Amino acid sequence: MLYFIEQCLNGVQLGMLLFLLAAGLTLVFGIMDLVNLAHGSLYMLGAYFAATFAVLTGSFVFAVILALFVSLIAGMVLEVVAIRRLYQRSHLDQVLGTFGLLLFFNELVRLVWGPAGMTLALPQQMLTAVQIIPGVYYPAYRLVIMVVALAVAALLYFVVMRTRLGMLIRAGASNREMVGALGVNIKLLYTLVFGLGAALAGFAGVMQAPILTVQIGMGENILILAFVVIIIGGIGSIRGAFVASLVVGLIDTLGRAFVPDMLHRVLSTNAAATLGPALSSMSIYMLMAAILVFRPEGLFPAASR
Amino acid sequence: MTASADPSFDAGREPLLAPRTAVTVVLLAVLALVPVYAMLSGDGFALTLFTRVLILALGAVSLNLIMGYGGMVSFGHAAYLGIGGYAVGILAKEGIGSGLVQWPVAIAVSALYALVVGALSLRTRGVYFIMITLAFAQMIYYVAIGLDRYGGDDGLTIYRRSQFGGVIDLNNKTLFYYLCFALLLTSIYLVARIVNSRFGLVIQGARSNERRMRAIGFPTFRYKLVCFVIAGALCGLAGALLANLTNFISPALMHWTRSGDLIVMVVLGGLGTPFGPLIGAVAFLLLEEGLSRVTEYPDLILGPILLLVAIYVHGGIEGLLVGRRDG
Repeated sequence: MLYFIEQCLNGVQLGMLLFLLAAGLTLVFGIMDLVNLAHGSLYMLGAYFAATFAVLTGSFVFAVILALFVSLIAGMVLEVVAIRRLYQRSHLDQVLGTFGLLLFFNELVRLVWGPAGMTLALPQQMLTAVQIIPGVYYPAYRLVIMVVALAVAALLYFVVMRTRLGMLIRAGASNREMVGALGVNIKLLYTLVFGLGAALAGFAGVMQAPILTVQIGMGENILILAFVVIIIGGIGSIRGAFVASLVVGLIDTLGRAFVPDMLHRVLSTNAAATLGPALSSMSIYMLMAAILVFRPEGLFPAASR
Repeated sequence: MTASADPSFDAGREPLLAPRTAVTVVLLAVLALVPVYAMLSGDGFALTLFTRVLILALGAVSLNLIMGYGGMVSFGHAAYLGIGGYAVGILAKEGIGSGLVQWPVAIAVSALYALVVGALSLRTRGVYFIMITLAFAQMIYYVAIGLDRYGGDDGLTIYRRSQFGGVIDLNNKTLFYYLCFALLLTSIYLVARIVNSRFGLVIQGARSNERRMRAIGFPTFRYKLVCFVIAGALCGLAGALLANLTNFISPALMHWTRSGDLIVMVVLGGLGTPFGPLIGAVAFLLLEEGLSRVTEYPDLILGPILLLVAIYVHGGIEGLLVGRRDG
């Protein structure tokens, strides 16, 4: 039971992380109608920035803040230099172009930081385990990730639903020509939205950096998970992304933790050892395929699309 | 995805020595002479490289059938390469070495997989279709990782190439090259025949306006499904060839970035054109190879090239040759 609670927490934590990635992806997708395969690269860059700044400044908190800021700038520069020229192209051209960017960034990181990965050390006080309910200890840092990501989600919700910028973002998602015709500087809005998405992705990378090794290609597999999230949630829907992130995070984590054991009870040891890991890795893709078969536009399809 | 102009309209009106015809003819002639060059210069690597180009071009031709003509953007096409490859690898490991068994099995299993995936995926549209095909490919990828008996994550070495009763010896590199070349040309011809048949016109019609095609009485779902299965079978064959070329298969063959490579080849060469996928495969793989010889960081140049093509070139290299302006 304790193990179950711990795994649930891990699932929620993965879900929150996915949400940081998926929120930016779904905004860019929903508003600019852009398939961005380079989103994972921004996640990777965020992690590298944080690791570098941690070495330079010697402070974890400074490193996180600086990395967040640089990710935002990097995203906006990328939008101005390359991405904005892709909005009017077909999805296929976008796949080609952003795939090129993905190759470019992987190689750039190899050139600048070298082929070996980096690690980002946590400050002492975050290394301890916290007793959350009697008898259940959980790493403090993972709790921090959850709280911070929840705070970011709340902030994002506030910005999108309650501010003028958010109103323009939502308006841009439902009818961009109209927003442009009403005199809104749509170019600037797009740059801001892309920068916001890049900052969120970079932030996800920063948060994950102390848990995983910072390495080339770290964004590629998680990018696919983020795509699964926004497809399940419905493209362009922040709420859908939030729900789907939690569902995907929980199913993926719990599947890895419990499916192999469950198989051991019904199958021979050999078959279970083979099938278990495969089945648990496949679980979220099966979920997505099943959802798309029954709801071809995701759980929360944006109304106007 | 609606931006691609219909290439079949301007076909036939071209002058005989249009740049694109000339380039295609020259390219085919060069490809036909690669083994001669390899024999004269003793450059065995060139022959292997170009065999690889031809095989991946076959995969791109198959992707072009559904993506270029049918508008079905499959982001999981590398799964067929893997299925075809694993069919050869698994049968070889279990002691069935005959290509007359291995290759048909590779094709049949790929077709069956395409039937299942197509039947479920073709209910969705646009980006959702892209992502659901990706999801299925990821599942197959993880299945391959789980195959402990066949190497799991590390892959599987194939000790004997497919046997053809001593009639065709695949260990003969030149022969293998020409076999791949012949299969590639046959499939380009086959795809051209398919897309210009009544069946293919229905497929192309469904790409332009599916609702209208249904309204005039075509069950487009079934047409598209059959097309999807044909493409899957063709790419499964490419997988079987690839396994025979490298003598090795691993899940990495099916990583989603490999599916991305295939899309890049098709779009780079020219979507929905008969020779576009071949031109794209040659350009992409030779560029990759050439750049990695002059610099330690080839993707630093390759990446921006792809980006520039995506932004400025309409209709890929074929589009450049014709000077077509769409979009």
